[in-house]
Amino acid sequence: MSEELLYSEPEDELRAAVADLLGARAPWTEVLARTETAEPYDADLWKALGTGIGAAGLLVPEELGGAGASLREAAVVAEELGKAVAPVPFLGSLGATALLLALPGCDAWLRRIASGEQTAAVAIPFSTLPGNGRRNTVSVTPWPPKEGITDARLTGRVTGVADALPADLLIVPADGSLYAVQAADVTRTAVTSLDMTRVLCDIELDDAPGELLAIGYSALDDALTATAAVLASEQLGLAERCLAMTVEYVKTRHQFGRAVGSYQGLKHRLAQLWVQIAQARAVARHAVSATGDERAIAVAVAQAHCSTVAVLAAEECVQMHGGIGFTWEHPAHLYLKRAKSTSLAFGTAARHRARLAELVALPPS
Amino acid sequence: MPPLTTQHDLENQIHDFLAAHDPSATDPLDFLRARFDAGLAWLHYPPGLGGQSLPRGLQPVAEQAFAAAGAPDNNPRRIGIGLGMAAPTILAFGTDEQKERWLRPLWCGEEVWCQLFSEPGAGSDLAALATRAVRDGDDWVVTGQKVWTSMAHEARWAILVTRTDPDVPKHQGMTYFVLDMTAPGVEVRPLRQITGEAEFNEVFLTGVRVPDAHRLGAVGDGWRVAQTTLMNERVAIGGGAAPREAGMIGILAEAWRTRPEVREPALHDRLMTLWVAAEAARLTGLRLSAQLAAGQPGPEGSAAKYAFATLNQQLSGLELELLGEEGLRYDDWTMRRPDTVDFVGRSPGYRYLRAKGNSIEGGTSEILLNIIAERVLGLPGEIRADKDVAWKDLPR
Ligand SMILES: Cc1cc2nc3c(=O)[nH]c(=O)nc-3n(C[C@H](O)[C@H](O)[C@H](O)COP(=O)(O)OP(=O)(O)OC[C@H]3O[C@@H](n4cnc5c(N)ncnc54)[C@H](O)[C@@H]3O)c2cc1C
Repeated sequence: MSEELLYSEPEDELRAAVADLLGARAPWTEVLARTETAEPYDADLWKALGTGIGAAGLLVPEELGGAGASLREAAVVAEELGKAVAPVPFLGSLGATALLLALPGCDAWLRRIASGEQTAAVAIPFSTLPGNGRRNTVSVTPWPPKEGITDARLTGRVTGVADALPADLLIVPADGSLYAVQAADVTRTAVTSLDMTRVLCDIELDDAPGELLAIGYSALDDALTATAAVLASEQLGLAERCLAMTVEYVKTRHQFGRAVGSYQGLKHRLAQLWVQIAQARAVARHAVSATGDERAIAVAVAQAHCSTVAVLAAEECVQMHGGIGFTWEHPAHLYLKRAKSTSLAFGTAARHRARLAELVALPPS
Repeated sequence: MPPLTTQHDLENQIHDFLAAHDPSATDPLDFLRARFDAGLAWLHYPPGLGGQSLPRGLQPVAEQAFAAAGAPDNNPRRIGIGLGMAAPTILAFGTDEQKERWLRPLWCGEEVWCQLFSEPGAGSDLAALATRAVRDGDDWVVTGQKVWTSMAHEARWAILVTRTDPDVPKHQGMTYFVLDMTAPGVEVRPLRQITGEAEFNEVFLTGVRVPDAHRLGAVGDGWRVAQTTLMNERVAIGGGAAPREAGMIGILAEAWRTRPEVREPALHDRLMTLWVAAEAARLTGLRLSAQLAAGQPGPEGSAAKYAFATLNQQLSGLELELLGEEGLRYDDWTMRRPDTVDFVGRSPGYRYLRAKGNSIEGGTSEILLNIIAERVLGLPGEIRADKDVAWKDLPR
């Protein structure tokens, strides 16, 4: 089992390919510039990543045109995306794919996702804690749903959805069932988001046609858990990049005739951060490897730990850069905004700790 | 607590003043000027300069009385640098003429001030600054670049530290001036912040002429004058008398009380821990303001400012966690040129981001901890190679 906490050779190769692509196509200056355009997601980059490298179909079986890989490979991609705060809908697409894989009769959808013909997202608030998908206000006719219905009608509103802006296909939880809805049939309004590199949207469904995918939400909770597991790796990558950037800076920035990194007030904090990131790596790897009962525990630990480490790393990055770290023209803020936002995604660390308390039988009272 | 008789006297004075100057019938600026002239502006300032040499602790009494009467205020958030930094420095080092000229319009909000201290190469190590001032007859000619200058785009005047003698160690060769921001050769360029707008600036000074009459303190004594500004800055940011639940903690407390849906049991203990920390910081600030004579705060101000920054960051971070989905939203990234720093009127995301500046502006938290460790606790300082070397010979 401890082998699982390492990276395999194919995983390293995948990482290198993604890193090369992002290095060439998503330097932070371009990521920053894009945040103020009408296209907050980078469609070309997503194409290169999704179909060029095959990240879109990573989880899709080979016979449907995918790579037949696991969450572990997806997590490696997420690490690199976190390092670059890249504006691509990988995480949302991954969540939708994981969901479709768990449902019967979705081969056609999966094929289109793997080929890059369609990008999918689950229409659920980004802040939803796995297991809490029921608070949704979309209603549906006919009710109750019957197997095989392809012409249901959905009406309602879902707010703060991640990665749905560039999606073509939405999987909408409504009244206890899951429906496939074409994005063209709903109204999506971009939200001014704290994370400028993963812009959320509000979705308005007004009698939108939907195809019943499944009755019940159990697959949904499972897919959310998988996505949260992979998000921990994105947070790991983000934290690593913040640490690297900061270390580089404090070595070169001099005050009082010395590199500021020579002061123990900074040096020790960076060393502590390194310790926490090393732990985040183990925790994040475990989250995408664990199975059975251990999985829920592993993911709750990962979300509680990695999100906290990412926020700390980004906050230290700003602080240790001094004035320059507080400016728009420096990348630190992109990381800070992504880190803090992901710490609210799929529930806060506090919520994950509370859930963990149940799972490991440590009740609060 | 100030003696009750003094408080009573003050209330009577304000009562009489309000009777003679009906706030609803007086032009706001005329009202503020009259308040200044009556010695009811900053009470701890000397008579003739807006005060009556009263204890600082009485200021809230006056503010409350004027606010209750619906009197106009001087929009303190717009003129914070003038009130908190320029004014106490002018008071401590200015000539009578300088005090006459600058303090009244400063307090009345007629003239905004900014602080031209930091430079690209001199932030924490302010004494390394390179902006040169060279004597030319009755003037000084100033050339250099300043950075992170808050509100320079609004300012009429600046407090400025320069290098006048490069041949002596860095702390000795500095001189402090008041600079006219409208003088030829002053160029202000916006610097955008992580919050989206540009509250601070780069300021380029090219051959700007500053009359010697605008010098504060002796030639070569700029470091000591600047220290006065910095100590006051820290008190202004972290000290002072505020009511319970003022500021960020009040925003959180309000959300928790009025919005049951944000009450996350797992966060309750953190909220209460921070509530206690905020109350402890408030009482410390109150105690500090009661101890201080005008213009002479000590290193305690550094502690207050450090506590304020830490608390503001923890509270604004917690606010986003409480709000969850709402915390993922932001109000506006547009590049703007604000004239105040508005923690209350903006979104929780703005508060979270803006609070990140609190531990950098006015001396970083690391520098403040160094000050407490070395000046309060007397711990040995870091080994330094830059103290006894002429400024011009420092490695850069
Ligand atoms: C919002 C905002 C508003 C500001 N407004 C003004 C203004 O109006 N006027 C003005 O003059 N300046 C202003 N500043 C500038 C501010 O005073 C400086 O940014 C600050 O002093 C730090 O300097 P620096 O940015 O060069 O960082 P540096 O000094 O380069 O510091 C980089 C990092 O090294 C750390 N460090 C440095 N020395 C030590 C040490 N000896 N021990 C341990 N750690 C150390 C710092 O704490 C920091 O984390 C403002 C800054 C901000 C963020």
